[in-house]
Amino acid sequence: MSPTPLGYLEAAGERAQIILPLTWLTLTISILVCLVIAILLWMGVRRARLAGGAEQMRQVEIIHGAPGTQWFTVGLTITAVLLFITLVWTMVALAKGAAPAAPTAMTLDVTGMQWWWEIRYDSSEPDKTFITANEIHIPVGMPVLVRLHGGDVIHSFWVPRLSGKTDTIPGQTNITWLQASQPGRYRGQCTEYCGAQHAHMGFEVVAESPADFERWREHQLQPAPPPATPEQQRGMQLVQYRCGLCHEVRGTLAAAVSAPDLTHVMSRRTIAAGTLTNGAGVLGAWIEGAQQLKPGTLMPNQDLTAQQLSDTLAYLETLQ
Amino acid sequence: MKAAAYRTPRIGIDSVQHQARMTELWETEPGLKGFLSTVDHKHIGTRYIVTAFVFLVFGGLEALLMRLQLAGPNKELLSPEQYNQLFSTHGMTMIFLYALPILSGFSNYLWPLLLGSRDMAFPRLNAFSYWIYLAAGIFLYVGFLMGNGPNDGWFNYVPFAERDFNPGLNQDFYSLGMVLFGISTTVGAANFLVTAMRTRAPGMSLDRMPILIWGTLTANVANLLVVPAVSLAFFLLWMDRQFGTHFFQPANAGQPLLWQHLFWIFAHPWVYAIVLPAMGMVSDGLPVFCRRPVVGYTLLVLSTVATMILGFGVWVHHMFATGLPTMGMAFFSGASLVIVMPSAVAIFAWLATIWLGRPVVTTAFLYFASMILLFVIGGVSGFMTASVPVDWQLTDTYFVVAHIHYVLIGINVFPVLGAVYFWFPKMTGRLMDERLGRWNFWLTFIGFNLAFLPMHLTGLWGMPRRIYTYPDGMGWDTLNMITTVGSFLLAVGILLFVVNVVKSLKSGVLAGANPWDAHTLEWSVPSPPPPYNFAVIPTIASRHPLWEDRLGEPARSSINRGMLLDEGKETIATTPLDAEPDMVLEMPEDSYAPFLSAVATTLIFVGVLVKLWILAAVGAVATIGALVAWLWPRRELREREPPPVQEAVHG
Repeated sequence: MSPTPLGYLEAAGERAQIILPLTWLTLTISILVCLVIAILLWMGVRRARLAGGAEQMRQVEIIHGAPGTQWFTVGLTITAVLLFITLVWTMVALAKGAAPAAPTAMTLDVTGMQWWWEIRYDSSEPDKTFITANEIHIPVGMPVLVRLHGGDVIHSFWVPRLSGKTDTIPGQTNITWLQASQPGRYRGQCTEYCGAQHAHMGFEVVAESPADFERWREHQLQPAPPPATPEQQRGMQLVQYRCGLCHEVRGTLAAAVSAPDLTHVMSRRTIAAGTLTNGAGVLGAWIEGAQQLKPGTLMPNQDLTAQQLSDTLAYLETLQ
Repeated sequence: MKAAAYRTPRIGIDSVQHQARMTELWETEPGLKGFLSTVDHKHIGTRYIVTAFVFLVFGGLEALLMRLQLAGPNKELLSPEQYNQLFSTHGMTMIFLYALPILSGFSNYLWPLLLGSRDMAFPRLNAFSYWIYLAAGIFLYVGFLMGNGPNDGWFNYVPFAERDFNPGLNQDFYSLGMVLFGISTTVGAANFLVTAMRTRAPGMSLDRMPILIWGTLTANVANLLVVPAVSLAFFLLWMDRQFGTHFFQPANAGQPLLWQHLFWIFAHPWVYAIVLPAMGMVSDGLPVFCRRPVVGYTLLVLSTVATMILGFGVWVHHMFATGLPTMGMAFFSGASLVIVMPSAVAIFAWLATIWLGRPVVTTAFLYFASMILLFVIGGVSGFMTASVPVDWQLTDTYFVVAHIHYVLIGINVFPVLGAVYFWFPKMTGRLMDERLGRWNFWLTFIGFNLAFLPMHLTGLWGMPRRIYTYPDGMGWDTLNMITTVGSFLLAVGILLFVVNVVKSLKSGVLAGANPWDAHTLEWSVPSPPPPYNFAVIPTIASRHPLWEDRLGEPARSSINRGMLLDEGKETIATTPLDAEPDMVLEMPEDSYAPFLSAVATTLIFVGVLVKLWILAAVGAVATIGALVAWLWPRRELREREPPPVQEAVHG
């Protein structure tokens, strides 16, 4: 990953690419203006005849001084030209950024929740529709329409390498779009303050070749495999009985929708909304101590015996 | 008041006997009685300044705690809830309890002195405004100290602020406290307006007003128009929370975006309200140290007013990511870019004043001059956020945190510190130490820039604002450490400032009436000013009454000869545009009514907060009682019963 995964001075997607040159333009103008003013100020102050305090004041005569009209004519003309260039460029970029140039290949519904993301892959064929969490896969090079929904409070959907921010607001549907120009994993983050764990509300966008994406989608459509060992069997019972109060594992009795879908949880690189790198050990720690790892998260600490935990993990590990 | 207009005040020359009589008429009684009842604008102004400064220190300490938490990745000094309350309280404190009140304090203290008047237009209202401000500050901080501080940022977005997500008292304290605070701002604004329009010394036509007056006046016109929006918003939120109304609740067809509109239509003008008076301080102070009148007075005044007018049309640039229609955003983007123009006018006016003058470097000058650069840095980052697509990336990252701090520290705190160095001798009679002043200036300047200049890069590298911690591997570790070090350096600078104030109060060099050889009216009276400000009401003939002889201006203001107005607590009212004498104003004596009204009003809010309706009712009745006592017609103020007038002369 890049040294600054959330930096926006690099772009890897169309919409970010529309913004980036304008960011550089305004940034360059800004830095130049600061430098010019700093130099003018420095040179102006260097003209000072005296330094000290009140006793120095009367040693310098009061003067009428020149009216200084040219300061305004020159200064304001330059300012107006720079503003005009920025304004025109802004309008062009605004129009371009509003919608992708090509028709969108697919549509995602993303819902911001305290403190995770639900992602629903829409399809005209109902059996091709599925739900996942915190990890978005898209085919590289194709524009993807993203419909944003607010699940509880306001959040903001942001993948800086691919696109700017759009808020997810309860009661309304906002639209944005993603189009990755290179394959890769791009970090996303909630950027509207949303409560205790706003800091830990990340996600990832995985841009992959259309063929890889198709394979991923086919895999995600599969329900969870049946348990193969007695351990996994006991683990599934526990998952249905306890995790199933909030989570869904398709193909089992766990079918609640108020927390991330776990059907393919082990296929995801991170858990807890980009907070922890996934793996059996981490998952176990999370199940036992979510409140220590992400204080205030809606996931309660599970008071499991060692046996129960290893059974649960044995089953969860099959959810590839 | 009309009746008194028939009297023609005696004209006379300032004398010792006259001054003694004036002191007797105007002096505040010593002790607790005077403390609670004074309506002297200088006492009230000083209180505002001291109170606001105390809040600045609170807000600063909160910031230091946050900076310790953010010094490195994954720190656990503060819990998420503690951090979230701290950043919200920090914003509330700095923006509401410090930034405007400190400027109101200076304006309260300085306005009558700048205007050649003996007090504000409504002295009792002035006292009331302060007491309510203090009460609101205490109210909000009681919440914070009980663990119920605001926890949704200073802009407090719904629905997170609604009861479903925020069941504690936090938001009730914040909502009601802000409504209470709004009362203070509103009555204060009305007072400034009338004071500027009606109590200027004869001859001080609009185009002779100091720019600080223009800045504060413009800011307070804005406040009068926009504070009701936010008071309403907070009231509706409280209704949603306590009585199940649905103004902002999407589950019941309420509109979360309605909150954002109501809030920002207030809060963006507010940002200008908390910088325009400070810009006025620079426009008035800088020329004194450049030994010439300010360049482009008329342009500066027009730019002040233009900023405010445009400032009403840019609030949506806080909402570019909320999915508003593109066409609408384009308009607000354009307006937000255009507002750069009046700011540029001010920048060039100040630069030209330095270049075309003969600067003398003092600590006050350094604060005023450095503000020009800080203003530009805060300005260009604002210019970047004005461009909608760029803002889609910048918004809600540390870039905006850097921006807001360059605006608020650069254009508010720096001019205010300069203003203290400049006007401290007027207020206390003693100069501040210049050697300590230099240390103080350079520490704050370097500390501030070390903390906040790299923060732009933290933002460009994607750090979201309002996160209580961050993972490593994001590229923000070093930058955050630098910011933390810078913020502590800034704090040391502020500490040194406090040391200098305390030291100079005791042993500063005596200043005399006009230590800086400045040009405005406040420097014509002794330091500290007598209770009545001006023994005789001056008559003004130019913008620089104390420099006229040296500038060779034909007109001469009259400082020592003028209306005596010593038949009671009196000052003169003049016409709004040309400042021609219009009527004699009978000014009120010190009174407990403002203090008692403020206490009673606060009782209502406390009662409502804890839903102790009987307490709220008692507060309401007491408020009405105090107001009746306050407004009871009194013959000595001639608020009723004009004495019969013989109109024999002109028939």
